[in-house]
Amino acid sequence: MSRLSVPNEAIAKEIIGRYPRKKSALIPLLHLSQEQNGYITTEAMSHLAELLDLTPAEVYGTATFYEMFKFHPIGEYCVSVCTNISCQLVGAWELLEHAEARLGVKAGSTTEDGRFTLEDVECIAACTEAPAIQVNYRYRYKVTNDQFDRLVDDLSAGELDEEIPKHGTLARVRQRTGQNWSGKAAVEQAKVDAL
Amino acid sequence: MSDGNGMAPTNYRVPGSVPTGDPIITARFATNGSHTYDEYVRAGGYTALRKALTDMSPAEVHNEIKVSEIQGRGGAGFPAGIKWGFLPEGVYPRYVVINGDESEPGTYKDRLLMERDPHQLIEGIVLTCYAVDAAQAFLYVRGEMALAQEHLAQALNDAYANNLLGASVLGSDFSVDITLTWGAGAYIVGEETALIESLEGERGMPRLKPPYFPAAKGLYMQPTIVNNVETLANVPHIVNDGGQKFHDIGAPTSTGMRMFSVSGHVNRPGVFEVPNGVTTFRMLFEAPEYCNGVRDGKRIKGFIPGGASAPWFFEEHLDLPLDKPTVDKSGSMLGSGAIVVMDEHTDMVAACWRIVRFFARESCGKCTPCREGTTWLERILARILSGEGRADDLETLLSVSENISPGIAWPPKQTTICPLGPSAVSPIASAIERCRDEFEHYIEHGAPMPGIERPALPFQLAAHV
Repeated sequence: MSRLSVPNEAIAKEIIGRYPRKKSALIPLLHLSQEQNGYITTEAMSHLAELLDLTPAEVYGTATFYEMFKFHPIGEYCVSVCTNISCQLVGAWELLEHAEARLGVKAGSTTEDGRFTLEDVECIAACTEAPAIQVNYRYRYKVTNDQFDRLVDDLSAGELDEEIPKHGTLARVRQRTGQNWSGKAAVEQAKVDAL
Repeated sequence: MSDGNGMAPTNYRVPGSVPTGDPIITARFATNGSHTYDEYVRAGGYTALRKALTDMSPAEVHNEIKVSEIQGRGGAGFPAGIKWGFLPEGVYPRYVVINGDESEPGTYKDRLLMERDPHQLIEGIVLTCYAVDAAQAFLYVRGEMALAQEHLAQALNDAYANNLLGASVLGSDFSVDITLTWGAGAYIVGEETALIESLEGERGMPRLKPPYFPAAKGLYMQPTIVNNVETLANVPHIVNDGGQKFHDIGAPTSTGMRMFSVSGHVNRPGVFEVPNGVTTFRMLFEAPEYCNGVRDGKRIKGFIPGGASAPWFFEEHLDLPLDKPTVDKSGSMLGSGAIVVMDEHTDMVAACWRIVRFFARESCGKCTPCREGTTWLERILARILSGEGRADDLETLLSVSENISPGIAWPPKQTTICPLGPSAVSPIASAIERCRDEFEHYIEHGAPMPGIERPALPFQLAAHV
């Protein structure tokens, strides 16, 4: 089942309502879809196209531009090791080498048990805390080999479930459209678009 | 390691240290719960908004920003007050877009502002919308920043619940909405027209210019102001204290306090908010209150003064002030406030390759010189680092660079729509000019020069023939 669920479809409609034009909600809805399914499926893209009055090709066209959207299942934990300049200067490649050995996979691939995907990524804005990594976009700073091993152990044992949700879930707090949402700009935009 | 809630061990400046000037927008970073509504209000938050809505016209708010002469903190350094003035009169709707897509290598400041003081940013956005008469703002946050998104979402929900957003803000006749929107992994979306494309649900590719300014035609081809997170975080303070007080801090050519992230080979890397235009690179690197010197007492070989796109600086630039016109004239830029220090053992060929690989990976592919050129540059550098460099490789690197950025000069010319391509040329021009011997040694001997610490790069050194 990779169409949005009924509750998620309700969230999708709320998100769409916060943009003057529907297509602007596409990237947020792709995130919602990835949160539900762990990756972006063909069926999901067709459903988003329906919701946004687009063709599935338009959805696919946008989705494939962005690195965070995955089109096949990946690990429950996406481990992103930054190797950009500030991290390279203080041992990021050495850390990545260790991570590859510890997890038994090369950067860019997933462990056989489907738990970990290892990535070599670009700057994640933690340059003063190098070498820095993310697990499902949650940070770990100044990571040593030992700390990396402990992190993998803790993740495997499920001890970090509260802090680090499974891949796909980004923010666990959503913006909500309250009763006092003004909607003034959307009304103005609709007038311009009708011309 | 992080303690998980983002209150991580980042170093800040100790108030009262040299040179004078107390932190403004980072002042509450170390406070527990600084991201919550209650704590922000307790610290005097939203008083600037109340003041503006009660006592000031939109033009008066705009005027304080003009008087402050605050320069944009995203990279280009364009004065915000002047940018706001570019909006055509009487055209509606008009939008404000906040660029929180921080991803220039070396840059770490906007994420802190969003994680640790989201209400300060929201207040700045509402004030900006009031000043330019915009009814909606879009807060575009980099996708990979999960905690920033959570804190901003909560802050927006709390601001709506307290009538600081939405219909009739604080009972006034001013209404404004903020939509929190997420990126999904694309450096180029930090370019303002690419960000607008992304906000429209498109691939994040920069738009052809003209129109040069989104202020004329931006989101949905309507007038749009795009500002950086740090720029707008300053707005509540400028409104509260007056533009002149902000202008009195720092240098007349670079006003206010400004955030710099200093990373690399220093003893105490950190994010420091310092008086703009007067603090020197040497002070930042050496003062115990800041970076406390280069690690192991080593010498500095070079440093990047303003993000990966900036040409490199060397020892002779250490005493330059962090002043926009001074740094511009000296052949580089302060850009996004990202300073990266490289000590005497740094493998400059590897450093150059890593930055170029970044641009090659992040090129959106719209313009041929960038799409093809950055890839070629990266491959040639990788070949040199693999110990298989050819005698004419340096000439080829410069020739490809010339095709992306004719004249390889500063400020750069470009054969591309946006500056990403020319950015890849900066480290190549700097490294070849100043560290040519390191490149030649790699090419001749298939190995780094003695004394160079080569990182564990993802390719092996070939046995040299």
